[in-house]
Amino acid sequence: MTADAPAVSWREERAAVLRAAFGVGLATGAYGISFGAISVAAGLSVAQTCALSLLMFTGGSQFALVGVLGVGGAPLAAGATAAMLGTRNAFYGLRLAELLRVRGIRRAVAAQLVIDESTAVAVGQASPRAARLGFWATGIAVFACWNLATALGAVGAGALRDPRDLGLDAAAPAAFLALLAPRMRSAQPWAVGLVAALVALASVPYVPVGVPVLLAALVALVGLFSRRRT
Amino acid sequence: MIWAVVLGAAAACYLLKLAGLSVPQVVLDNPRVRRVAALLPIALLAALIAIQTFSDGRHLVIDARAAGLGAAVVAVLLRAPFLVVVIAACATAALTRLLLS
Repeated sequence: MTADAPAVSWREERAAVLRAAFGVGLATGAYGISFGAISVAAGLSVAQTCALSLLMFTGGSQFALVGVLGVGGAPLAAGATAAMLGTRNAFYGLRLAELLRVRGIRRAVAAQLVIDESTAVAVGQASPRAARLGFWATGIAVFACWNLATALGAVGAGALRDPRDLGLDAAAPAAFLALLAPRMRSAQPWAVGLVAALVALASVPYVPVGVPVLLAALVALVGLFSRRRT
Repeated sequence: MIWAVVLGAAAACYLLKLAGLSVPQVVLDNPRVRRVAALLPIALLAALIAIQTFSDGRHLVIDARAAGLGAAVVAVLLRAPFLVVVIAACATAALTRLLLS
């Protein structure tokens, strides 16, 4: 570890990191309310919905799982889609491993907190010390807000007569769109996204529900042959 | 069956997170693996948007959800925050359904 004299004091740096962590936690909480509501609208129980947020704890995969189940998809296809969306966390972990340097039980706990938000805050810091604080503080803040909000959303949606009256069946595609938009920075993502959507729609009448999304995932294999960085 | 999927997929997602922190860097540091990993969420999310907007089980349909997605696109183009995008889609779908019924 290098002990270079920082331009800002650790106290200031720590306060800035904690502010970022808290802000991200609150923002994600708002997103958790919509997950809880969508999950119950898709037919999962409140307990199953809360278990997903506690145990899976990775928003994209959770939305995908309840989304595929919600349109009557095969449970296995729903699980496979969720797991495939979770692969990006392995790459986040790869980047975080050198920053965190955790072993044993601390690694087992840290792993659950490896998500989009904690990674973004951690790798955005200037020093390794701030990066570690950013990871843990953001991970814990998001975990707390996400689970609390999920429970609120699930119980709230459970009280509705028909979730379609509030247009909740349109919430999942909108959530996916918001997750997708920041990734569409060049021509290749657009091409992959459009072809994947077409493959999925074209296969709907011919394969079991839930499978079209898995077929569309194969489009990503074009990355094996392209030379361009994405 | 739902519980089995919830627990099984949660375990898979946890192991993926743990693998990233645990495996030697060389395994995942291959440029081709990285490119596929970057494109995989794009393909999956795009397919999920299409399926959950324009299909009803085994059939392709256009209903109030399409209007909801249109509102979400507008909200994203206006750089609205996540929750606003979702609420715009829900409200538009609900209104469309009300007007068509």
